Amino acid sequence: MSGRPGLVALAGAAMLLGLLSPTRARAQDTTRVREGVRVGLEYRPGVRPGLVVLPGAGLDSVRAVVRRDLDYSDRFEMIALEDAPASSAAGRGAAEAGGGVNYGLYKTLGAQFAVELLDAGGGGVTARLHDITVSRVRSQQSFALPGVADATYRLELHRVADEVARWATGTPGAAATRLLFVSGGRVYRMDSDGEDIAPVTPAGVTALSPVWSPDGQRFAFTQFAAGRGPVSVQTIGSGAALVVPGTQTGLNITPMFSPDGRTLAYAHSDENGTDVFTANVIDRCCAQRLTVGRYADNLSPTFSPDGRRIAFVSTRAGPPQVYVMAADGTDQELLAPFDYGATGSSNAPEWSPDGANVAFHREVAGSPQLFLVDVAGRRVRQLTSSGRNEDPTWGPDGRHIAFVSDRSGRRQLWVIDVETGRVRQLDTPGVARLPAWSRRLGRTAAPTNP
Amino acid sequence: MRASPLLMLLATAGFAVACGGKPKPEEPVPQAEPAPAPTPAPVPTATNDDSAARMARDSADRAKTLSADLAAMINFDYDQATIRQNDESTLDRKAAVLAANPNVKLTISGHADERGSDEYNLALGNRRAAAAKRYLQNKGVDGSRMDVVSYGEERPLNPGHDESAYAQNRRDEFQVTAGGDKLVAPQ
Repeated sequence: MSGRPGLVALAGAAMLLGLLSPTRARAQDTTRVREGVRVGLEYRPGVRPGLVVLPGAGLDSVRAVVRRDLDYSDRFEMIALEDAPASSAAGRGAAEAGGGVNYGLYKTLGAQFAVELLDAGGGGVTARLHDITVSRVRSQQSFALPGVADATYRLELHRVADEVARWATGTPGAAATRLLFVSGGRVYRMDSDGEDIAPVTPAGVTALSPVWSPDGQRFAFTQFAAGRGPVSVQTIGSGAALVVPGTQTGLNITPMFSPDGRTLAYAHSDENGTDVFTANVIDRCCAQRLTVGRYADNLSPTFSPDGRRIAFVSTRAGPPQVYVMAADGTDQELLAPFDYGATGSSNAPEWSPDGANVAFHREVAGSPQLFLVDVAGRRVRQLTSSGRNEDPTWGPDGRHIAFVSDRSGRRQLWVIDVETGRVRQLDTPGVARLPAWSRRLGRTAAPTNP
Repeated sequence: MRASPLLMLLATAGFAVACGGKPKPEEPVPQAEPAPAPTPAPVPTATNDDSAARMARDSADRAKTLSADLAAMINFDYDQATIRQNDESTLDRKAAVLAANPNVKLTISGHADERGSDEYNLALGNRRAAAAKRYLQNKGVDGSRMDVVSYGEERPLNPGHDESAYAQNRRDEFQVTAGGDKLVAPQ
């Protein structure tokens, strides 16, 4: 393999540069000043491979979506050709359909990968991943696309980007996903890139705390009315909703599906307090009580990915803090350590998809901030410090967390990459809160408007 | 002062139940009258018409006072659901009116300020409403007459973002849902 020695040398240089790079050890989130990376300015070899999306004839919107998805994956240093000094040369070097790619040029720009998108005819697109270091095509595939007006069109484009990310890194991206959030009492969905926002609950119903089922076909939420309300499970496609057993009376909040989608955990509030229950949402039966709070509250359950444990919030020691128990309610213990009387309230835990961490928010000097606690070592790590940051929800890649922040002046959704600290905004028209990020959405989970 | 002995007895008994019988030193005497201001005896010189009109007016005022007693809000400290001492008299008046009007039913709604977590605040509001219900039950009001609901931070009374707004928003509201038409003053 002629590419090997070069690769090793590159990796060596990369490690050196990485160590020298002042931006590498960012512990806190930082908002990048402008989108798009200037060649030679921010490219940090070895930290992430450089990637260039090749220009070409047509497919501009397809290219823009795929490029942005790859950028948002935070797995690549995106090399923007328009920023390159020899942009016209870069343009000329780009592949014509089936033509050769000027590997030498992209190598000098610092690219390890080049993504080529070609019209496959019939509305489809062919994606081709060039490995610049070995000067050849690593993978390619043609994808059928529905019509641009189709509700699944953008999701299919995101799948192309996720597949390209998998070819390059071995792990698929998380672009073909959606977020649910609450705005003005209504649940909305949006694509992971912040586009294609649409309501999924009817007007006139006050909804809180939406969560996805693992298969992305349903979501549960609190149907809030006059200080009470059941948890409903609504099918994305049909809009049909069913009330979860055990939630017909009182106020029922903070639903969360088990990883197999059969069980829904939730908190039931009445005059005896707030406690965590589970119910079987497939057979629609068997509400079971997991906590007995007496005058303490227990809420916000979240399953470990193996379904065997549940992290939750309890006020048993005074202010709310994050605890963990077996999925049958036994073995309850503290999860995120705190100093009694000093540590602020902790709320809204969500277990990471890889099982290693639980994200939550904790009050620091009067403002909630995002934290992680690693489940094995019980060490707590603060992720944010700018403004109010709350209600974290994990992306399926286990490295991105969507959350609510007022750092722009009003409560909006943001995404942080836990590995790099990079933060981006998901722009919503109004105030947005209580986000929930789906798993990777299968083709059958094509949502339509109610 | 005409604080009725029955009421005092009720209050003391209720307190003894609430505190497991532990006597409390010098419970502050409620500042406000548990019963509305005594109506002046009909003035003999007045005509019948005047007298009837005044009685109707007085009766309307009295009903208004009793309704206000039932509806009076109570407030809470940050992230707390404990009934504050200066709100006990407010609740005691409710207990007296409820005792005199056995058909009255209440919905108690708990509210929180915007600072805590949205979802946690629903549980906190619930705890606040439940605390008032428990207090009134200890004063002898039947639990079946009181519903408990929570709005969390969803319905602020004051839309401001400062401590005075927050203090107003941390509250229980009391809504009469039945039997509020012809209120009788406690004896």
